[in-house]
Amino acid sequence: MKLGRLLAVVRKELLQLGRDRLTFAMIVGIPTLQLLLFGFAINLDVRHLPAAVLDQANTAHSRELVAELASSQVLDFRHKVVAPQEIATLMRRGEISAAVVIPPDFESRKARADQPAWQVVVDGSDQSVQAAARQLGSFPLDSLDYGTEANRPGIRQVPSVEIVNFYNPERRAPINTVPGLIGVILAMTMVIFTAMAIVRERERGNMEMLIATPLSPLELTIGKVLPYVGIGLVQVTLILILGKLVFGVPVRGSLVDVYIAASVYIAASLALGVFISTMAKSQFQSMQMAFFTFLPQILLSGFMFPFDGMPKFAQWLAEIFPLTHFLRLIRGIMLRDAHLGEMWGEIAALCAFVVVVMAIAVRRFRKTLD
Amino acid sequence: MPDDTPVIVARGLTKRFGKLTAVDHLDLTVRRAEVYGFLGPNGCGKSTTIRMLCGLLEPTSGDIEVLGHKLPQDAEVVKRSIGYMTQKFSLYEDLSVVENLDFLAAVHGLAGAKKKQRLDEMYERYHLGNLKKQIAGTMSGGQKQRLALAGSVLHEPELLLLDEPTSAVDPQSRRDFWDALFDLSEAGTTLLVSTHYMDEAERCHRLAILDRGRLVANGSPHELMENLPGSTFRIECTEPRRLQDALIKEERVLGVAQIGSSLRVLTDRRDDGGWLRDRVHSIDAKAEVENVAPNLEDVFVASTHKRAQATEEKAA
Repeated sequence: MKLGRLLAVVRKELLQLGRDRLTFAMIVGIPTLQLLLFGFAINLDVRHLPAAVLDQANTAHSRELVAELASSQVLDFRHKVVAPQEIATLMRRGEISAAVVIPPDFESRKARADQPAWQVVVDGSDQSVQAAARQLGSFPLDSLDYGTEANRPGIRQVPSVEIVNFYNPERRAPINTVPGLIGVILAMTMVIFTAMAIVRERERGNMEMLIATPLSPLELTIGKVLPYVGIGLVQVTLILILGKLVFGVPVRGSLVDVYIAASVYIAASLALGVFISTMAKSQFQSMQMAFFTFLPQILLSGFMFPFDGMPKFAQWLAEIFPLTHFLRLIRGIMLRDAHLGEMWGEIAALCAFVVVVMAIAVRRFRKTLD
Repeated sequence: MPDDTPVIVARGLTKRFGKLTAVDHLDLTVRRAEVYGFLGPNGCGKSTTIRMLCGLLEPTSGDIEVLGHKLPQDAEVVKRSIGYMTQKFSLYEDLSVVENLDFLAAVHGLAGAKKKQRLDEMYERYHLGNLKKQIAGTMSGGQKQRLALAGSVLHEPELLLLDEPTSAVDPQSRRDFWDALFDLSEAGTTLLVSTHYMDEAERCHRLAILDRGRLVANGSPHELMENLPGSTFRIECTEPRRLQDALIKEERVLGVAQIGSSLRVLTDRRDDGGWLRDRVHSIDAKAEVENVAPNLEDVFVASTHKRAQATEEKAA
């Protein structure tokens, strides 16, 4: 390995990058666009679910309950129905996602307290609706008792469960998504850029010329990949700044820790890109393969769905992915003010990934020259 | 001028890709400072051989010694003193002339005054001085070819391998290019050039004719023509097309080509062609048959024809 040759490759790669407007636009465009899309569009709070109400009791209390539910804004009562069959029909048509059923014996059920007093019917085909319904289940019925029976001893004046939300008290979605987005955007751009950059040399025939020179495969690979480490860090900075300015996402931990974690994670993504480049025959193929690694990462890492809710097998699989570990790291540092030392296991996992994947890639790289 | 020091020695060189034998037991000796030609149709194994000789491909079997080093074991050492010009333009199309050459200079470890001197020499010799800032992808075929040549000789290689270097350029650029090759040869560089142009092959000091992976003839163009195991005739006639159809069926005729209004006939033995004259006159009494000197194309047809016959007999 000679420094002069390595730097020659880096210089050449930067020159080419500067001339490739599309790639350049992607470097800045992808993070900006994704940040704005995900930041504004992903909202974990479910509100304004279209709903129907079937009030068979029609007492003062039942009407009060319906009014309370409506004012919580979780449900948006668009239909008032008189028969249970109507609920089934409306739900099948997709006109409502939930329905509140208050039985004729609501008052006596409420008093006996050994049976549920009222019912929420939800559309189980939508996960987020189910989650919202669970919130409704803990709706404090006791609070309806003020006025008439408020002074009676033994009756709870407060909801049975109080939920305290740490780190994100206002339950603002961007606080959760933006740190994760750093990982997702890097997983996408870093893997694609490196895989394509290396395959491009082969596809355009440059490789044949290069092999006849003293340039070694390792010098070529590292030289081509190094500029992308810089690009990755620029993207991280861009997301942090936009996240702060547009969504008010804080960095509670140390910035140095953020960049160290990001660098290790970038290395992991680049290793994956190099590995893909040893298998792909064309730039198009390398792009397809990059997406193949990107999709399971985004789905299983805990970015899209709660990690703890996944089956054990999926969790084990997700432990392989760099994004899973980076998500834990970046959320820890940015939101919980955690130190890197407290999460050394995640860093170690990322390092192991880099070493193993890079070793396989370099071995395969030598083979592909034949 | 060529001397007797061998620069390339290959013995029993063979390369198989699965079931296909691309190069079949090739023996080859190229001497210092000669321009050695590889002549053969597309797919005869020229490119594969060249790739093995510069360490890009590992041979399936056989021995190669280039500049006194064994390949593929010493490939890294050999790569420092050889230049390779690929068939397709393989410098960076999105970089300028200066950027491409700067990159190659750095890859070859040229720096400082030496680098500047070599680069200036390249701009001057290959007329690239006023194209320095031009992006390679926007240059003409001839300009690209000059840049590619400059890139492959920048580090003053002892051996230069060129794979069909003139396939994408006009005749004038081809002539200039060959002048440049002879300048290099005069300066002591050994050149191995593959081509499918007869006129280019004829300019080589020595050449090898390849056919389906085998070496079917080698020597200087003059020797090859002298030793042609056949005779060549020119026939002036009124209906060349009809005569050609009749002659091609003759067993002793290896090839008939129409050139303008005359026919060029290659036979499989060295004689005055009395039998041919009789045959021609029986078809067209007014035709004139004249014995002419063989050219390289005749050598090419004769050597590849022999091989084709041998395979047919083997199959039968």
